[in-house]
Amino acid sequence: MNKLTVSSAPHIRSSSATNRVMLDVIIALLPTAIAGSVIFGWQAIATILICVLSSVLAEFIYNLILKKEQTVGDFSAAVTGLLLGLNMPANFTEIWWQCIIGSAFAIIVVKCLFGGLGANFANPAITGRIFMMICYTGTVGKSVFPIIGSAELSTGATPLVVLGSDNISSLPSLFDMLLGLRGGAIGEVCILALLVGFVYLVVRKVIYFETPLIMIGTVFVLSLLVSNDPVYALYQVMSGGLILGAVFMATDYVTTPINRTGKMIFALGAGLITVLIRLYGSYPEGVSFAILLMNILSPYIEKWTAKRPLGAKRVKGGTK
Amino acid sequence: MSLFMLGRAKVPHRKNTANMKAERIPAPTSVTLLTSQHIGAPATPTVKVGDKVKVGTLVAEASGYVSSPVYSSVSGTVKKLEPHLMYNGRSCQAIIIESDGEMTPDESIAPPTISSFDELSAAVRASGLVGLGGAGFPTSVKLDAEKKGLIKKIILNGAECEPYITSDTRTMLDDGEYIKAGVELLQKYVSADEVIVGIERNKPECIANLTSLFAGNEKVRVVSLPDTYPQGAEKILIHNTAGLDVPEGGLPADVGCLVMNVTSVAFLAKYAESGMPLVEKCVTVDGSAIKSPKNLIVPIGTPIKDVIEAAGGTSCEVGKILYGGPMMGMAVYSDEEPVLKNTNAITVMNKKDAEPKKLYPCIHCGRCAEICPMGLNPTLYAKAMKVSDPADRRARLNDAKINLCMECGCCSFVCPSARPLVETNKLAKADLRAAQNK
Repeated sequence: MNKLTVSSAPHIRSSSATNRVMLDVIIALLPTAIAGSVIFGWQAIATILICVLSSVLAEFIYNLILKKEQTVGDFSAAVTGLLLGLNMPANFTEIWWQCIIGSAFAIIVVKCLFGGLGANFANPAITGRIFMMICYTGTVGKSVFPIIGSAELSTGATPLVVLGSDNISSLPSLFDMLLGLRGGAIGEVCILALLVGFVYLVVRKVIYFETPLIMIGTVFVLSLLVSNDPVYALYQVMSGGLILGAVFMATDYVTTPINRTGKMIFALGAGLITVLIRLYGSYPEGVSFAILLMNILSPYIEKWTAKRPLGAKRVKGGTK
Repeated sequence: MSLFMLGRAKVPHRKNTANMKAERIPAPTSVTLLTSQHIGAPATPTVKVGDKVKVGTLVAEASGYVSSPVYSSVSGTVKKLEPHLMYNGRSCQAIIIESDGEMTPDESIAPPTISSFDELSAAVRASGLVGLGGAGFPTSVKLDAEKKGLIKKIILNGAECEPYITSDTRTMLDDGEYIKAGVELLQKYVSADEVIVGIERNKPECIANLTSLFAGNEKVRVVSLPDTYPQGAEKILIHNTAGLDVPEGGLPADVGCLVMNVTSVAFLAKYAESGMPLVEKCVTVDGSAIKSPKNLIVPIGTPIKDVIEAAGGTSCEVGKILYGGPMMGMAVYSDEEPVLKNTNAITVMNKKDAEPKKLYPCIHCGRCAEICPMGLNPTLYAKAMKVSDPADRRARLNDAKINLCMECGCCSFVCPSARPLVETNKLAKADLRAAQNK
């Protein structure tokens, strides 16, 4: 008789795996990456690639130098790089080296130094983006316009900037907004592609459908209340990085509360802060800051929304 | 209704043996009867080396209130009395009996007289019955809640939610009459006003059979449960059938429930009819290394390797052997280990299935907290166990209600990072016990 394995139950496990979850996020982002490349051309492809490559490489080198187990195989660095790239304008010639620094910052400072995958409190892609926005406002904050579609789309300001001004007659049509024929970051413009990714993630059970819907819904409702104009509210929803942020970054596991109700509160708060920054802040866009601020609140939301276990004694002020 | 039922893990069913009637295996050449086959104090051996025993002869008597006697499962001679290292790392006495191959029943065996609750309780105690669903809690102790007038509902557990296992399925199909007789016996002496039978809906034939058997008994209700794991866990079963929640630190009796496995109830009726104590078990033999899965009737104490052989042997190299199913089953270190009273299955896995899944860090996805039927957050225990200060660690574990974890394994099952979640909980509970005993 050969030696038997002795281990504690359970002796079977589901087929889900963390690298498969990450791969699903990458697959869900592909339509957006392809749409961005079609809309903005080679500069978009090159920007995405350099972010992905430098993110993966940053993690690889970090692990190598610190003699840690190699973790690039879990694909989480690739996800961060891809998200960061999609948050950039298609401005490769000016920002390529800034992308390398931003990726390294996101991976090493925001993720690895906190203990690697699962241990970071803030979303690396978002924090990386904010870091780059602050450091390289001129180039990273630049509006890049589609290389396809009618000529008038290729000039002027991004819809979000237009919405902030009084002259909203120069907005692209809602249909163009849906397709992504407007100025903005590579991954935020094509709403249609983002929605395809959203459906994929929900079908694959990677995310709960309500998290993005609540965040987007909050922005819509608050914009409607402020303006009393459904078309304006619709533009607010489709402008800037809201859909990209709501689907792919407000649903990040590591930096959001663990319970489903907690995730709902997170989404509500992120939507609220987005609107406050957009309407009353000095920045035209608030999605990144909103998600980052809610990242910080996550541990508290998690505590407040803990479920009462079956049969647990009620403690004054709820179960801890 | 079913929308609010708890226990939602989509664990594979693999009920390959559901249509296979149990076959009796040939008399084993020797059996190893352990004195600890139940929760509570080990039984005390009453035989010595050289004693002749028959099927049903007492070989070890209950040594306390929470304990249970052990009877010989073969006829033959006591060969050895020795300490035995069990699957759980504890030791107890083993009584090794060499079989004469005759399986002669003990002449003293006669049906018990049951005409009052006290006689029923004594008979249950004498029968050696323990919870046959897997926990192995002495049934007489559960039943004694009646003395305090606590039992309002009797809940029969026919969920059989573990993958592979179909021994209860066969009881419900082949021994339905005994389940009925057992329920009637309980109804006669236990003051419960309702009997609920909970069966997972992946066993429609069992639901149909018991529904028709109990058609004339308006106090009995058969409930169809979701076909998700862990429907058979006691607290989940009570919640899903009776809508009651067992309070923290309490027992089913605290909400007026007596929960018994269907096979335990059927055995009760068999014992009342014949007086033959618990000496054999229906065991499902299945798993990825088993050539032809089967249900077998096996004398308690038969070495696992004899049972596997009787089922037709293995088809490949064996990686892991379990008492019970793969969700809560216990891995054994040797195929010489004996079948116990509460063994309802032997799962034999091949090398590939025995390999651990690739480990990743916790990504905080929340699937464990979402799936936990008790509403716990397993990540808190994993975090707490990293705290080195014992007082702080134990306070965190208690705050997160670790005592409510019933170790069903759903959290570990769903974890995409293969974190040892329920495994950590078991360690954490041991840590708390150690602190208490100090």
